[in-house]
Amino acid sequence: MADFTNDFWSAYIALLTLLGLAGCGILLWAQSKVKIPVSKDGKQQTTGHNWDEGLEELNNPMPRWWMWMFYISIVFSVVYLVLYPGLGAFAGKLGWESTGQYQAELKKADADYGPLFAKYQQQDIKTVAADPQARAIGERLFLTYCAQCHGSDARGSKGFPNLTDRDWLYGGEPGVIKTTIMEGRHGQMPSMAAALGSDKDVENVAHYILSFSGSAMSDPIKAAFGKGKYGACAACHGADGTGNQALGAPNLADKVWLYGGSSESVMETIRKGRDNTMPPFKNFLGEAKVHVLSAYVWSLSNDTTSLARK
Amino acid sequence: MSEAAPEFSVIKMYAAREEIYPREIKGWYANWRWVCVWLTQLVFYGLPWLSWNGRQAILFDLGARKFYIFGVVLWPQDFIYLAALLIICAYALFLFTAVGGRLWCGYACPQTVYTEIFMWMERKIEGNRSARMRLDRQPWSLEKLARKSAKHAAWGAVALWTGFTFVGYFTPIHILWGAAGTLTLGPWEWFWVLFYAFATYGNAGWMREQVCKYMCPYARFQSSMFDQDTLIITYDQERGEPRGAWKKSGSKPAQKTVQGDCIDCTMCVQVCPTGIDIRNGLQYDCIGCAACIDACDSVMDKVGTPRGLIRYATDNAIKNHLSPRQIWQRALRPRVLVYTGILLLIVTAFLGSLVTRTPLKLDVIRDRGSMGREVEDGIIENVYRLQIMNTDERVHRYRISVSGIDSITLATPDIVELKGTEARAVPVRVRVAHGMGEKGSNRIMFKLEALDDAALQVKENAVFFVPR
Repeated sequence: MADFTNDFWSAYIALLTLLGLAGCGILLWAQSKVKIPVSKDGKQQTTGHNWDEGLEELNNPMPRWWMWMFYISIVFSVVYLVLYPGLGAFAGKLGWESTGQYQAELKKADADYGPLFAKYQQQDIKTVAADPQARAIGERLFLTYCAQCHGSDARGSKGFPNLTDRDWLYGGEPGVIKTTIMEGRHGQMPSMAAALGSDKDVENVAHYILSFSGSAMSDPIKAAFGKGKYGACAACHGADGTGNQALGAPNLADKVWLYGGSSESVMETIRKGRDNTMPPFKNFLGEAKVHVLSAYVWSLSNDTTSLARK
Repeated sequence: MSEAAPEFSVIKMYAAREEIYPREIKGWYANWRWVCVWLTQLVFYGLPWLSWNGRQAILFDLGARKFYIFGVVLWPQDFIYLAALLIICAYALFLFTAVGGRLWCGYACPQTVYTEIFMWMERKIEGNRSARMRLDRQPWSLEKLARKSAKHAAWGAVALWTGFTFVGYFTPIHILWGAAGTLTLGPWEWFWVLFYAFATYGNAGWMREQVCKYMCPYARFQSSMFDQDTLIITYDQERGEPRGAWKKSGSKPAQKTVQGDCIDCTMCVQVCPTGIDIRNGLQYDCIGCAACIDACDSVMDKVGTPRGLIRYATDNAIKNHLSPRQIWQRALRPRVLVYTGILLLIVTAFLGSLVTRTPLKLDVIRDRGSMGREVEDGIIENVYRLQIMNTDERVHRYRISVSGIDSITLATPDIVELKGTEARAVPVRVRVAHGMGEKGSNRIMFKLEALDDAALQVKENAVFFVPR
């Protein structure tokens, strides 16, 4: 019992509580009758209390059931203290505690929903994705655990990938998505400023990169100058800029940009590099939930209606 | 002079309740109370059975958090109307109390109304006052047992029906009726039906005046709304005293000089539901039911003196012999005018706002996750969830539009359709071209308008974020 340094304080508080209760009972009993001097005519209208020379208290008794309610309250509190914790460190006869209540609710939730998740876990992710109920569960999981970074519509934000397009850093197959959620990812792009040379070179390479996707922001002259320096990038992103999912190197030839597709953003990426982490959810959510979540994420960019029909 | 040893006696600070057997009384005010009983109970028992727009006319659907009151559907956001309604009730109570004393207690309070109904059943089964007193003094017999059980069965039936009706305001009563027939109510419905039935049975059958005297908070503070010009039920001491039975011999005018009009028949005490003697003056136990007035008037009619020995009058009127006209003139005093003014103001505001209420609500929730994102060609995109609430009972199609920054557009469909009393969170993406708007937050405005009704529109401010 960490709350009390030794038994003395527990006993002290228990004693105070019980004395308080006994005091309430004694006070009530002592005050239910009063002894007063009888007036000369034998009739006694007042309680004998007299203030300010003449203000007298009339005897106007409260109903007796009112007094019984006080006694019942005292008995109730004693019974309560025997059953539930409240007397110092005494745990109460029912052994009730808030942690136990929490555990009980957790157990109940597991018993209620466990079989459902277990059922889905037996199924293929694509099959799960075709199940509207599973998708609804997946959406709620997503809104609780994923929306903070990827947005509630799963379209991501600067530095956080959009999950609704068909563009994937590590691959969009159901199994890969599940691995990503289970194990997490760590994407690193080193700073290339030194390798490329001057600031001008960085700008030119950025415009060359933007030209892959036919971006309106790409300046053809600068792009032409940048082409020669792109070799440093090709190792990961490929000569045509289509990226490499095995490395998590983004495809530069589409219109999807993790850190923004303006020339300024691309230049900053080249200059400073990027370091990006997706945390693992394996231990936190457990595989059964991740399975349903993976199906939901996969369904965002894949048509599940055709699956449902077959 | 020898000083006698003072004698002491023990008095109890808590006393057993003394059973009160109010005598039945008929008369002008008793009739008014029965009118109130009928009106309030017809409304209470009848309302939940009415239908409107294919649903229960009055239904407080706590589960769906929607209150249906005929054509009006109130949502949690409309809670202000409940507050306004309670304020109106409170001010109306203040006003009536300042002018007419305990009008509420005497005629309309549920405690009074149900006690009246229960006492009526008691009279039908156990007989009148003296018969009831005799019955209670008797030892237990088969007849006493039969009468007592019949009474409690009748009370129980009315109480259960009251509890059932009460729950019928929260659970559709037709469904409830079916479930009650097969005893398949939900646990909460069982609880409230039985709880409310028990409260009715206990309060109207057993507690009666104890509720008014010891439990009712209004009884405790109503005196602060009384003044010298508030109508109260008074005994005209000047006219009545000295009281006493008239001697049979001798003519009345001669008697009058030595004796007052009160013949001390104690009818006013016998009919009093709280068991007080009004001739002792104004008391906090007096609930202003005017039963004593009816009783005294009928006695005055019999003995041939004018009515009104016990009557509605004000403190001032009794002291200064004011005419009824003067009493009414004094009713228009500052406190009454202030109460009336405030009451009118709130009622007008309440009705005005209820009538001009737009049955459409919009909350804009900026996405918690992403501040702002850059999509193709440097376009900045923000995500919102528009919580749209169609508080009307008809289907509506709405157009969403957004304004506030040059080139601002919606990237998601701008037409949504909501069924009657439906609420839905609609995800909306808003786009601004590269370089538009300030870096950081920009004020924008969402507008939602019904396609079929131009008056049905709401606007809501929001913030658009451009990443630095």
